[in-house]
Amino acid sequence: MKKLPFYLLLTAVAVVMIYPLLWLIGASFKTNDEIFSSVWFVPESVDMSVYRSAWETVTPYDMGHYFLNTFLIIIPKTIFTVFSSVLVAYGFARFDFPLKRVFFTLLIAGMFMPSIVTIMPMYIFWSKLGLLDTYVPLVAPALFAGEGMFVFILVQFFRGVPREYDEAAMIDGCGPLRTLWYVLLPCIRPAVVSIEVFTFLWTMNDFLGPLIMIHSVEKYPLSLALRLSVDSTGQGYEQRKIIAMSVIGLIPSIAVFSLAQKKFVSGITAGGLTG
Amino acid sequence: MKKRTYGNPVGVSRFTGLLLITPFIVGFLLFTLYPFVCSFALGMTDYDNIRPPEFVGAENYRRMLHDETFRKSVGVTFRYAALLVPMKLVVSLLAALLLNLEIRGIGVFRTVFYIPSILGANLAAVIMWQYLFTADGLVNQLLELAGASPVSWYGDPDRAIFVIVLLRLWEFGSTMIIFLTALRDIPKELYEAARVDGCGSVRAFFRITLPLLKRVIFVNLVLQTIAAFQEFNAPYMLTGGGPLRSTYTIGMLIYDEMFRYSDMNAGYANAVSWVLFVLIAAIVGLMFAVTRRGREEDDR
Repeated sequence: MKKLPFYLLLTAVAVVMIYPLLWLIGASFKTNDEIFSSVWFVPESVDMSVYRSAWETVTPYDMGHYFLNTFLIIIPKTIFTVFSSVLVAYGFARFDFPLKRVFFTLLIAGMFMPSIVTIMPMYIFWSKLGLLDTYVPLVAPALFAGEGMFVFILVQFFRGVPREYDEAAMIDGCGPLRTLWYVLLPCIRPAVVSIEVFTFLWTMNDFLGPLIMIHSVEKYPLSLALRLSVDSTGQGYEQRKIIAMSVIGLIPSIAVFSLAQKKFVSGITAGGLTG
Repeated sequence: MKKRTYGNPVGVSRFTGLLLITPFIVGFLLFTLYPFVCSFALGMTDYDNIRPPEFVGAENYRRMLHDETFRKSVGVTFRYAALLVPMKLVVSLLAALLLNLEIRGIGVFRTVFYIPSILGANLAAVIMWQYLFTADGLVNQLLELAGASPVSWYGDPDRAIFVIVLLRLWEFGSTMIIFLTALRDIPKELYEAARVDGCGSVRAFFRITLPLLKRVIFVNLVLQTIAAFQEFNAPYMLTGGGPLRSTYTIGMLIYDEMFRYSDMNAGYANAVSWVLFVLIAAIVGLMFAVTRRGREEDDR
């Protein structure tokens, strides 16, 4: 019974965290009047047709098109990020080389660099190369371990794996890369999953990058398409259509988080990753 | 003379590691150092994204001194950070303390508390937030139910910033996770010993938990301050910087100067972004300096 107040408190906070989302889902079935007259999230009636029209969007393309665009960014970005971050972290964690401390300090320093400082010159850089309005500016940094935080986390994980494992593999004739692939990678799975999930979520959420680099509606990822829909519908318009689009837009993030949740949470707690 | 042997396994060259981190070195030069230097150089030019940049020396910085909008945005950014960062640290620490309880079903609560944070500045979440704070939106309806009078969230220059602050506060998950990890590392024996000595849980919190959390509090403080000073997405999408530029952060000013204003001035935008960088570096540096003695004591 002593625990009851704690449960009440936990539940109260949980309601605050989750209610806006429930309200959003409920509101997607409500008329404008109903949205703004009741705090209760359950709609009077459920008519799924709003989702069909939301899928069509108010832009020239349907949501499937924008999802496809988003995944065209996310999939290569995730693969590249894992690949490059693991290699770099492996180098830092397991080998000694000249200037190692300097490079590691630079890695940490890079994490503190405000992206707003670097994004303008990068815009000019990509425009000089004629690569604006392509996905290259959004994906390319992933090839070069662009997220210092991920390398940092992986290094922590590598350090948690006993060095005897590597030595045994090397005695058996494995080179560094095969040791990494066959011995170390299976040991750091949770960290790799966390990185994949974070790359996914951050790319879903990224707004400034596409806003600056992508200009034609045809190539818009989901975030820009939503923004465009909001901008091109006036007040008094059927709000539930925009709301339904938002609900659809949130599904991938929530789905990925739920699926990966167990490994993901152990990954972030071990590495102290921040969002 | 013996050549310096690096602590590498037998048969591994001292360049293997260097080779492995090559992607980082290239990436650092290309995506961090180059834009960083470039930004500084562009900050001393007049550049409209079309004609070649023209060197103007410190002119952009002089302009900043007299730019009312710039001054306003600095004020807004400081106010925003001062409101958000302390609240976020307190809320996420309290949440972490709750989630550190060993009771059944705590895993579910951990997930639920983290969900808003995975959405970040996801546009869909921001749209949702926008609806919650409209004149007859959920928040005002709740205020009325509680007997308070509704607030014009987007119309009142003193209130609009809270819409953004509350959104970011709602997403306290990442800060919370860092606290939670640190809390789990505190040995339980410490609390047992304290209890045996007749120390209550509130005193135990101030005497044991807080001192041991000093480091992570500092880490969170630094990370959240950096993030707050860069805020762009939320005001851009929620308030557009208004009303009366009351939510016009430095990030928004940089974006507008670079991409939006009819007389685009990338030179000025870069100068402002450099000032922002120096500002952040100075504040973080100050934080390190002020806490230095405390951290040195910890290291001993």
